[in-house]
Amino acid sequence: MKTSLLEITDVIRSKNSGPYELTFDIMFKDGESFEKVCRAKIINEDLICRLYRIEASDIINIVEFKPAKAIKVTIKRPICSGDLGETDVYGAQQHAPLLGITFEL
Amino acid sequence: MKEEFRILSTTAILGYGFPLQSFEEGMKRRPHLIAVDAGSTDPGPYYLGAGVSFTDRDAVKRDLEIMLKAGVPNKIPVVIGTAGGSGGRPHLDWCREIIAEIAAENQLHFKMALIDAEFDKEEIKKALTAGLIAPLEPAPPLTPEAVEASSHIVGQMGVEPFIKALEEEPAVILAGRAYDPAVFAALAIKEGYDRGLSIHLGKILECASICATPGSGSDCMFGYIGEDYFRVEPLNPIRKCTTLSVAAHTLYEKTNPYILPGPGGHLDLTDCSFEQETDNIVRVKGSRFVPAEQYTVKLEGAKRIGYRTVSIAGTRDPVMIAAIDEIITGVKERVADNFREKQWQYHLRFNIYGRDGVMGSLEPNPSTAGVHELGIIIEATAPTQKQADTICSFARSTMLHYGYQGRRATAGNLAFPYSPSDFHAGEVYVFSVYHLLKTEDPAACFPISYVNL
Repeated sequence: MKTSLLEITDVIRSKNSGPYELTFDIMFKDGESFEKVCRAKIINEDLICRLYRIEASDIINIVEFKPAKAIKVTIKRPICSGDLGETDVYGAQQHAPLLGITFEL
Repeated sequence: MKEEFRILSTTAILGYGFPLQSFEEGMKRRPHLIAVDAGSTDPGPYYLGAGVSFTDRDAVKRDLEIMLKAGVPNKIPVVIGTAGGSGGRPHLDWCREIIAEIAAENQLHFKMALIDAEFDKEEIKKALTAGLIAPLEPAPPLTPEAVEASSHIVGQMGVEPFIKALEEEPAVILAGRAYDPAVFAALAIKEGYDRGLSIHLGKILECASICATPGSGSDCMFGYIGEDYFRVEPLNPIRKCTTLSVAAHTLYEKTNPYILPGPGGHLDLTDCSFEQETDNIVRVKGSRFVPAEQYTVKLEGAKRIGYRTVSIAGTRDPVMIAAIDEIITGVKERVADNFREKQWQYHLRFNIYGRDGVMGSLEPNPSTAGVHELGIIIEATAPTQKQADTICSFARSTMLHYGYQGRRATAGNLAFPYSPSDFHAGEVYVFSVYHLLKTEDPAACFPISYVNL
């Protein structure tokens, strides 16, 4: 059965981490789904590249953080915050593609 | 056993406010320190570059007045970091004036330390030549031109300048750009408490009640540091600190939750544990500070690149929506052709809401299929406001009457919500410096002066 990330998480958010990086936090409702998603490597480089149309070299890291039952993904911002062409100075509205992730667990 | 060191953090950013009741609850706990972080780079480069605050003056004054009236008579140091939002010299002056006003209006007399965080360009250029400056990845390397073009360059001070300022026992410390946790951690470190625990607690307190559930950017938070732990406690009965809410906050706006770099070293949270002490208090252990071999100070600078004029419009026409790319290309060509002889260096952009207006190049689905209306922001940036006005106005009128393929609506292509349709967005700044400066004396980079109010 397909599971959607939306169902098993409490928080999915994006924000600048300094003006050159964008960071995504995915916090799970319970330890079990967190562990399962980590073990199955659902949140991986290929997925992030596809969702955000970026290259693997634009991904800074993907970290599992057990104390918060969270997976954190940090990528390079396409441009420095506030440069010409900016669409989201705070980076707070870049999380939406993550909401649509579905997978078999 | 040593007494716990107690810290009252008033709000996430000075000027964001807090309920008086929460503050009074905090005062009942007899804090050794009242501190607040007043800034952020989040609002973008404009505020640092232009030397203005992103927080409102009356709101900042309201928060400070409550803090000073409680702290000064009770001999509890009040420490404020990243004055004026960006912590440059104009920001520090702005906040100092507010404090002087409060002191005069309330007959408060005290000694205040001012810590300057702005660097002179010549100083930075010298450091650059000496090889003391490295980019903070993924920022590009620094050039002397970028330094010269910057209107303000600030350094993020660590705890050292605060500790030095505290030696003179000022009632208030007002600092320019500071590492957010430093205002909370410095006095505790000076009193002999563990550096790792003090900085980690500072990291949590700098956002005050954001680490609680329900979270809030405008409420107080209380911190206690013991021998080998710290504790956080919300002061509003509607909030709780839970192991999850506190651990989750450790992720916020950080690249890696285990390794948190700062001035002079990094926090290592690999062995950190979060324990629920009571219903609303969380106890944290195991945070370690790892000193760096070389002390570095983060530099931030912004430069002006021109002026901006914007026009806001929309379209509800499906034929136009389908042809939007062709129309934008056509309008840009017409604008370029019309002003070719002037050789202006402008930037003209059409941001299309309903397609990729929010995510730009990161948008996985930059399509207008199935979209029934589009929001359009026409934005012109040029060396002068007058040129930006001209480009924006010309692009707007050209788009309004542009004859695209298949057009039926020949009376006009755009719906304008306002008259006038074009707005001055004023000066445009970009970040020009985001680098690390090597230093041997982290206190000396930040000159301290004292005033008696």
